[in-house]
Amino acid sequence: MNTQFWIVQAFNGVSYGALLFLVGAGLSLIFGVMRIVNLSHGAYFLWGGYIALSVIHATGSWALSLPLAALAVAAIGIAMERLFLRSAGLEYLRNGAIAAGVGVLINLAISARWPQLIGGGWIQFVIISVVAALAVYALLQRISVVPIDNDVLRQVLLTVGFAFLFQQAALDIWGGNNMDINPPSEFTQSIVVGGIYLPLYRVFMIGMAVAIGIVLWLAMEKTRMGAAVRATVDDAQMARGVGIDTNRISMFIFALGAFLAALGGVIGGAFLGIYPGLDFEMLPLAFAVVIIGGMGSLGGAAIGALAVGLADNFGKALFPEISYFTLYAPMVLILAIKPTGLFGRE
Amino acid sequence: MVTQKFKILMVLVALLALAIIVPNSGSFVVLLTTRALCFAILAMSLDILLGFTGLASLGQAAYFGVGAYLTAVLATKFGFGLGWDFWLVVLLGMLLGAALAAFFGLFAIRATGVYFLMITLALGQCVWGLAYRWNSVTGGDNGINMNGRPAFGLDLTNEITFFYLVFAFFVASMAIMYVLVRSPFGRSLEGIRERELRMQILGYNTWLHKYIAFIIAGAFGGLAGVLWAHTNGHVSPENVVLTTSVDALLMVVLGGAGTLVGAVIGSAIVFGLREYLSTLVPWWQYALGAVYVLTILYLPTGLMGIPARIRQWRGSGKSEDSTKLTAKALASKPS
Amino acid sequence: MTTTKRHRLAPMLFGSCLALSLAAPASAEELRIGFVAPLTGIFAQVGKDMQDGFQLYLDQHGGKLGGADVKFIVEDEQGKPDTAVTKAKKLVLNDKVHMFIGGLLASSGYALAPVSSAEKTLYISSVAAADDLTQRDLKKYPYFIRTSWTSSQPHHALGQWACDQGYKKIVSVAADYAFGYEVAGGFQKAFEDCGGQIIQKIWPPLGTKDFGPYLPTIKADADAIFSLMVGPMSLQFPKQLRGAGIKKPIIGGGTSYDEFALPFMGDEVIGDVSGLHYSAALPTPKNEAFVKAYRTKYGKVPSYYSENNYTTAQWIDEAMKKAGGKWPGPEAFIKIMSEIKLDSVRGPIAMDDMRNPVQNIYIKKVEKKKMFGYEKDELWNTVIKTYPNVGQFWTYGKDKFLAQPLYSRDFPPCKFCN
Repeated sequence: MNTQFWIVQAFNGVSYGALLFLVGAGLSLIFGVMRIVNLSHGAYFLWGGYIALSVIHATGSWALSLPLAALAVAAIGIAMERLFLRSAGLEYLRNGAIAAGVGVLINLAISARWPQLIGGGWIQFVIISVVAALAVYALLQRISVVPIDNDVLRQVLLTVGFAFLFQQAALDIWGGNNMDINPPSEFTQSIVVGGIYLPLYRVFMIGMAVAIGIVLWLAMEKTRMGAAVRATVDDAQMARGVGIDTNRISMFIFALGAFLAALGGVIGGAFLGIYPGLDFEMLPLAFAVVIIGGMGSLGGAAIGALAVGLADNFGKALFPEISYFTLYAPMVLILAIKPTGLFGRE
Repeated sequence: MVTQKFKILMVLVALLALAIIVPNSGSFVVLLTTRALCFAILAMSLDILLGFTGLASLGQAAYFGVGAYLTAVLATKFGFGLGWDFWLVVLLGMLLGAALAAFFGLFAIRATGVYFLMITLALGQCVWGLAYRWNSVTGGDNGINMNGRPAFGLDLTNEITFFYLVFAFFVASMAIMYVLVRSPFGRSLEGIRERELRMQILGYNTWLHKYIAFIIAGAFGGLAGVLWAHTNGHVSPENVVLTTSVDALLMVVLGGAGTLVGAVIGSAIVFGLREYLSTLVPWWQYALGAVYVLTILYLPTGLMGIPARIRQWRGSGKSEDSTKLTAKALASKPS
Repeated sequence: MTTTKRHRLAPMLFGSCLALSLAAPASAEELRIGFVAPLTGIFAQVGKDMQDGFQLYLDQHGGKLGGADVKFIVEDEQGKPDTAVTKAKKLVLNDKVHMFIGGLLASSGYALAPVSSAEKTLYISSVAAADDLTQRDLKKYPYFIRTSWTSSQPHHALGQWACDQGYKKIVSVAADYAFGYEVAGGFQKAFEDCGGQIIQKIWPPLGTKDFGPYLPTIKADADAIFSLMVGPMSLQFPKQLRGAGIKKPIIGGGTSYDEFALPFMGDEVIGDVSGLHYSAALPTPKNEAFVKAYRTKYGKVPSYYSENNYTTAQWIDEAMKKAGGKWPGPEAFIKIMSEIKLDSVRGPIAMDDMRNPVQNIYIKKVEKKKMFGYEKDELWNTVIKTYPNVGQFWTYGKDKFLAQPLYSRDFPPCKFCN
């Protein structure tokens, strides 16, 4: 356990923290602005990785996969936010989307029961699905929906439901192989500093997180949009009162959160791999970041990510038997002492 | 309106039907029902918190886990709890669940709303972390294999006898929890759920009330775990994962929070989807996801709330009004 | 909506099962085989490989094994031992299967074996490798037989091989759970009995992807590194090890470089060595035919999960032939299976008296080359040495081996650590 050991471990912890920052920052922003606890956040991370793999497969370009995957997942995020979390004005679209899904499920059920009826023909498949979907749609239109804007529990369960759906869909689309994103070979080298090998990719992760952190910070502190976001975090009602379109801000922030998570998925994919189950492995870690740092605070997310990265790293190296305990126990203590996290506002 | 007595009668008839029909069905039905009953006890314990006290806990699997691990460790390492001392293990399991809840409650009860969700999530993950990594005690990822069920006069290897044992525990738990929520203590819990501040002004120690409810829920969670260990014969960290806690929450919300019976119905459906629908079709996970989404969006008061919603809808004739009524009904539910 | 859905789905789908079972032809004897594998969740692809292996053999033989029509019922265990138990019971109680096969994780194997005893139904472990199932616990499971391997079986041979290469000091990095203990334990035992030294044992938790905390602790004076990785860990360990500038040779446990992970690995693994009872690059006509048929049908190179289940089907086929196409009951079936000398894809196999296969162990080196007439350069596990007819007790003899405790985190003790 010489100095070199401590330096390398600290470096590893910081680089892992950098990845966690990308995931945690999005989650934290979404909570701060919208008061939504988003349990599909892990799924965004995983989908970012998978979409990047598809992009790389199609174009061969790793650099291109970063923005494309992140934008695609941001679009998924917007759809989810507009249709299900804040569906005011788009009820018919939401009901339509759900009816379509349930229609296909009913069709699948029918084809499992009476295979001769469907007979494998896609025309019958479409007809039965559409008929079922229309019936469901008519029913759903008659049911009034209570908005879930201020109901944390329902938000949690709804986003968990989507996390399950995303997980199964990813399995059906991309299969269950353990895959890996291979960045350009320049990144797989190591640099040697004072006899210590530092994998370049980890350096890149730290650089990426710092750059994104700075951009986010500047955007929040120096732009009009950022000011509006901060106002919304502080007091949404007041912000609406002074003419800020909190509805648009919430959509923007949700997209940004999904964007960051997916970006984390692409960057992390080269380092953790991409495989089913990664979504629910990342989720508690992202929450740890947000809880320790405080929900809705960018600086808090950075500190939280560093803390979790280092605690995880040193916990595993020094106390392997209780390594997860060393991660979650401090989380409990912080919550008990200051429920809003280290940098969260009441 | 249906009177309370009639409701109780209906539940009794349903329980009687269950006790008669299930043992005379296929043995796989017996097996599934026994398992679902264990989860029903867990879901009811969570309903005490969520439905009656207004505390949405994301860590209820922790108590389930300690109950199960206690049973497995005592049985395999010390040969304890395999005879008449099984009843002692039941007691110990409930005590351990209660003790853990008493400890966790010190951290958690102060928090409200989303912070309560977060802190219970963290506490649940602590227990999972120990189960997963503390190899020398929990067997880590492998879990613990139990060898046989307790023997004390009853032949518990017979699945039907064992079903009746679990059923008896289930009915007893339900009765105790029902008496509890109808007691003055239960009434003040509901008061806290509705308006905590008012209860404080009236002189109630709301922290203590919530704390005690938390401990009681922990005790029944422990009981569910003890029964699960013997039902399944194998305990693993899978019993303590976050998904188990989330599933328990869905069971309560799906059935209808604050009704106890709803928690039972909800656990039957969710358990049925996971363990039964998955034997029939490969796309069961879509069905599970769909149940989550449909319940949350269209059935916020759960299945038990359907009659009330239909009445509102018929009575007013306008869906707008029923929205407001449901919103009012929901406002009394935790957020 | 939820209610209507429930009411519609459950009875309808239940009915469909009944309809299927009624529709089955009654001409030949029906052999009902239950198959328990993870088809959703984290291990879905492994489960698919298992199922595909078995299915390929069935398809190649017109859906018949030993003259009996096979009703092959696959159940999703979701990678959870609890669910594996429920599903196995469902197969036995509802579908009245003659046998159930499968179970991926050691925990599933341990959870399923008692089901076979309780229900008096044959359980064939076609993957789950937990040592004690066919060692110290065997007497508890009279209806259990294994067609795959014990965790330590190939790694005794690998330990001997490492010693023969002249490696003196090795650091072991193995996933921290029973499978890891048994694999690393087998390697250490054989390696140290031959004169080598394990100078450090590192146990990253199952599912570790960031090896950052562990790599700096690897002792600098080691000649080589023994690694046992499973699932996503396999891809990340060699990559991060090389990235951290550690250039020592890697000797891997079977799952570290199995064909399940190999196609997704980078070129940094070229030259790494591992040991297992199967390699997709085995240069035999039988294996070539299998790899080609499998790859044509499922679009990927078979992993050992696929081969083991293919061979399990073949074994059942041979046994049913010997039984005259009629199900002889579980005890008699086990007896017949034990007497068969199988000429399988992975080489000759026979059953030992503890119901575990005696088979060839292959020491394999990752190479990038063309194989079996495929056009592209790909990573293959080239066999560089074969240890023929290796049993689960290596050279120690059954009695002496069973007298020692099960391999664990602390056994064999790390005499040369610190």
